[in-house]
Amino acid sequence: MKELVIISGKGGTGKTTLVAAFAVLAEGKVLCDADVDAADLHLIMDPAVQERHDFTGGHTAVINSDKCTQCELCRDLCRWDAISEDFVVDSIECEGCGVCYYFCPEKAIDFPENTCGQWFISNTRFGPMVHASLGIAEENSGKLVTLVRQEAKKLAEKNQLNLILTDGPPGVGCPVIASIGGATAVLIVAEPTVSGKHDMERVAQLASHFRVPCLLCINKYDLNLAETEALEALAESKGIGIVGKIPFDSTFTEAMVQGKAILEFDRGALGTEAVYTVWANLSEALKI
Amino acid sequence: MIISVASGKGGTGKTTVATNLAVSLGGNIQFLDCDVEEPNAHLFLDPDIQEVETVTTPVPEVDEEKCTLCGKCAEICQFKAIVVIGETVLAFHELCHSCGGCMEVCPEKAISEVGRELGLIERGYRDGLEFVHGRLRVGEAMSPPLIRQVRTYQDSNRVTIIDAPPGTSCPVIAAMKGADFVLLVTEPTPFGLHDLKLAVGAVRVLGIPSGLVINRSDLGDEKVKQYAEQEGIPVLLEIPFDRKIAESYSRGELIVEVMPEWKERFVDLYNRIEGIVKGN
Repeated sequence: MKELVIISGKGGTGKTTLVAAFAVLAEGKVLCDADVDAADLHLIMDPAVQERHDFTGGHTAVINSDKCTQCELCRDLCRWDAISEDFVVDSIECEGCGVCYYFCPEKAIDFPENTCGQWFISNTRFGPMVHASLGIAEENSGKLVTLVRQEAKKLAEKNQLNLILTDGPPGVGCPVIASIGGATAVLIVAEPTVSGKHDMERVAQLASHFRVPCLLCINKYDLNLAETEALEALAESKGIGIVGKIPFDSTFTEAMVQGKAILEFDRGALGTEAVYTVWANLSEALKI
Repeated sequence: MIISVASGKGGTGKTTVATNLAVSLGGNIQFLDCDVEEPNAHLFLDPDIQEVETVTTPVPEVDEEKCTLCGKCAEICQFKAIVVIGETVLAFHELCHSCGGCMEVCPEKAISEVGRELGLIERGYRDGLEFVHGRLRVGEAMSPPLIRQVRTYQDSNRVTIIDAPPGTSCPVIAAMKGADFVLLVTEPTPFGLHDLKLAVGAVRVLGIPSGLVINRSDLGDEKVKQYAEQEGIPVLLEIPFDRKIAESYSRGELIVEVMPEWKERFVDLYNRIEGIVKGN
């Protein structure tokens, strides 16, 4: 079984748009949305939820004011200043370390597990999909990413599907690290801008750090041909294969507004030919 | 006055708005790039960096001479960052949240703390503008402690513009908490709207007033505006799609440098924000 994870470093370069296009072209796959913080793939895939599960992760301290003697020990030990002068825990600041709970001499602190999101198994017009939504201002996005990827793998095994297409999060931090570990390859979608190049370099470094093979697709390449060349040179110097270049085409936005993948919306659009090429090159590179 | 520029969805133009706003205001202001995973503002502001500081977070180191393998450290750790295996205690520094629990609980005082590198903070100037950003070490998972460290440079006597990371979870909260105003930058697409709703939810959890900038305002549909009206969130600026803006952005140029007529609009944006904050 193979898993391709689409990442970008910089946000908004077209990850989800491309995953949706690949969903039209790829046969026998499971879709996985690992951008649990701001999941958007479902807006195109229109999933019919088959299974819904709570995601529990981490704990938050709660002080029982009846038992609390206001001895201040918890406030002294807490490194997040999460406990107020009147001994109330700020659940946003609480890291869930349990130190206050452990040391409270009055046993006045509870430490319940958090339900911090939900995850789903759904059917879509392009096959099964695993996705999630993390509660607002919640932590543990990395754990939820790991969970949806594991569930996508189980689902693929159960249905004898050989490919997982994973829509990854932006950045290089915890959820991205959780998204790429053990993947067959990552596809970086980058824009030909100074920031696109800066961010692509960092995320490529991350993939290399975790020894995941890297491929590059340049989106909106014609916005700046000099930066496109710079991206190509950078990729070459790092041994990253380039699977294609997609021109700027406002049809991509029009398709999204209609809730459709570009290839469902307008197969003749300027950008679609490039998408076919990208997919053909990816299929060859991954032997799918 | 602290203005945090955030978005939910990535790539909507946070850095564009934050940098152009900062430069348009001119004078004695502060810019904190808190998108430490992928900091970009320096590419547009081109500050003269004068100080570089390595930021670390404390993680445990066990003195094997003193350790009796009692396992209390492993018992208190919520993050499986310290475990006893056979005759040895292993500390997994990358999993550690730096709570200090293991050190506190150890009856033998066998645990001390060493630093795990989170990344760098670089500080400098562009004319009168003070610039600070964090750069998360590639491979480091935890960005909030570095973001909080960048924010220790905040000077309450000045206007501070914060460039926040995308998303709605802990790193964004770290970049918005304590701000006087959150400026949400979105695009009028289904993805933009969906993630804007999440960002508005986060802003409301924190109880901070907010307003909207709609970028590429003519590509997409009217639903973002309808939502803003329904929710009573003021639309403070619209930036239409202009290939000239997109191309100058791609070269690392500010809109106000290429099209000076925009400066007034960004100053006006600030005045409207100030009006809202002072009205509260």
